[in-house]
Amino acid sequence: MRYVIIGAGVAGYAAIEAIRSVDQAGEITMVSDDPHGYYSRPGLAYYLTGELHDKTLYPRNQQDYKKLNFNFLKGRVTRILRLEHALEIDGKSRLIYDKLLIAVGARALPLDAFGVNLEGIVKLDHLTDAKNILKLAKSGSTAVVVGGGITALELTEGLLARGMKVHYLLRGDRYWSNVLDEGESKMVEGRLQAEGVELHYHAQVKEIIGKKNRIAGIRLESGQTIKCDMLAYAIGIRPRLELVQNIDLKLDRGILVNEHLQTNDPDIFAAGDVAQVFDPLSGRAVLDSLWNPARDQGNVAGMNMAGRKTAYLKSPPFNVTRLAGLTTTIIGTVGRGQDADIVGIARGDSETWRDLPDAIEAQSGFDVNHMRLLIGEKNLIGAIVMGDQKLSWALQKMIAGGADISPIREKLMVPDAPIADLIADFWVTWRKQAAL
Amino acid sequence: MSFLNVFKRDSNRRTALYSGHVVSDSARCVQCGICSYNCPIEIDVRAFVWRDEAIINSECLTCGECVTRCPRGVLRFAQTELFERRGE
Repeated sequence: MRYVIIGAGVAGYAAIEAIRSVDQAGEITMVSDDPHGYYSRPGLAYYLTGELHDKTLYPRNQQDYKKLNFNFLKGRVTRILRLEHALEIDGKSRLIYDKLLIAVGARALPLDAFGVNLEGIVKLDHLTDAKNILKLAKSGSTAVVVGGGITALELTEGLLARGMKVHYLLRGDRYWSNVLDEGESKMVEGRLQAEGVELHYHAQVKEIIGKKNRIAGIRLESGQTIKCDMLAYAIGIRPRLELVQNIDLKLDRGILVNEHLQTNDPDIFAAGDVAQVFDPLSGRAVLDSLWNPARDQGNVAGMNMAGRKTAYLKSPPFNVTRLAGLTTTIIGTVGRGQDADIVGIARGDSETWRDLPDAIEAQSGFDVNHMRLLIGEKNLIGAIVMGDQKLSWALQKMIAGGADISPIREKLMVPDAPIADLIADFWVTWRKQAAL
Repeated sequence: MSFLNVFKRDSNRRTALYSGHVVSDSARCVQCGICSYNCPIEIDVRAFVWRDEAIINSECLTCGECVTRCPRGVLRFAQTELFERRGE
């Protein structure tokens, strides 16, 4: 059996581990045009801040790869030839597959403004981008960040840590408005301002001003100009679909796959940011851009490719991140609507977070430690925990396990209820019952 | 610091050493490697987390560097159940 995996992200790597756990003899080839191979994409945020070295971003070494016995082929897949069960690499050589996994991820949406081809305009898709940002930050003094979600803040904090003055432009009146509530947005914004970030609300780039092919500043729709040496943008991502256009694979916003991560071609699978995965519970196919779902999907795809029928069960999306230095856990469904700073989906984002059904909110704390719960008829639907994370693990388990919170539901909804204490006490009992 | 305090601190450290170890929640981990990077004796903490295992390594000092540095709250201390602590 010849297995081919396009893409060197966590979905691809997890698929290799899964295939090897079932099939020790099959030939596995991973092909990618990323010269750096498999590394921690979310770790780029901490590379930017200087908390780790670039060499640390690689979770595996050559010895680990040797044990898994697979070939790494550096090259760009230029065509998928379904009828021949082959890939065309760099426009010339062929690579035959019996089972194929497409795990090519997503890429940043381009900025729509006049002058975007100047040097000094950056995004954070991969390690090459991060290295470029650090190189430019060494010689620059002022940066403008445009966009929303987690990546825009990662860029802001990375550039701050590298000693740059940062202007952060928001299209609307607050940060990440379709996931965070107003208080949470203000909390993040306040902390950014305290770190020295200059926030500009209702701000949109109209024109990028260049000097000798380099960025020298930007002009906003309002007419205001800001001098800068760098413009970093994170306005959303889009699954990389160029390879699968016109080969009769079912596509929507991503590659449509069933719960076995299989496309409409039984020998082709897709996983990670490029896949739009059918969720039997909601009956819809959704996009996620999260590390752990990508790992789980890669694992399930690998199992199925090797002949072990396995279904992917989407758990409530969950992410832990740092927003302006504040550890934040987002679980399940917490927000609604659209965010003017992001088109579609952002990195570290899940569409499910915004599908707010009829739920009642309870919250506690409004300074550094903050918790917001979304309460359904019997269960918790979602939660945001900012700052102290003691209860986030418990909430994650209770939401995923569909804990029946009827005994404390009324108490949680009393204004100014001590929700942290109520949850902590309930957790002790529920955990025993659930045998966790 | 008095001799007695030094002795007490060392005794506390030894108690932590035999009675505690570091556990992980792999669902939070993105394999960034800050834990492994900061381990003073170069234990590959991240590899344990990938396998969803506790950091059981006889060399571990339970110094807590990995627990403190992890930006996503993946790691925490747990009490080893191997020995029951007296008086508790």
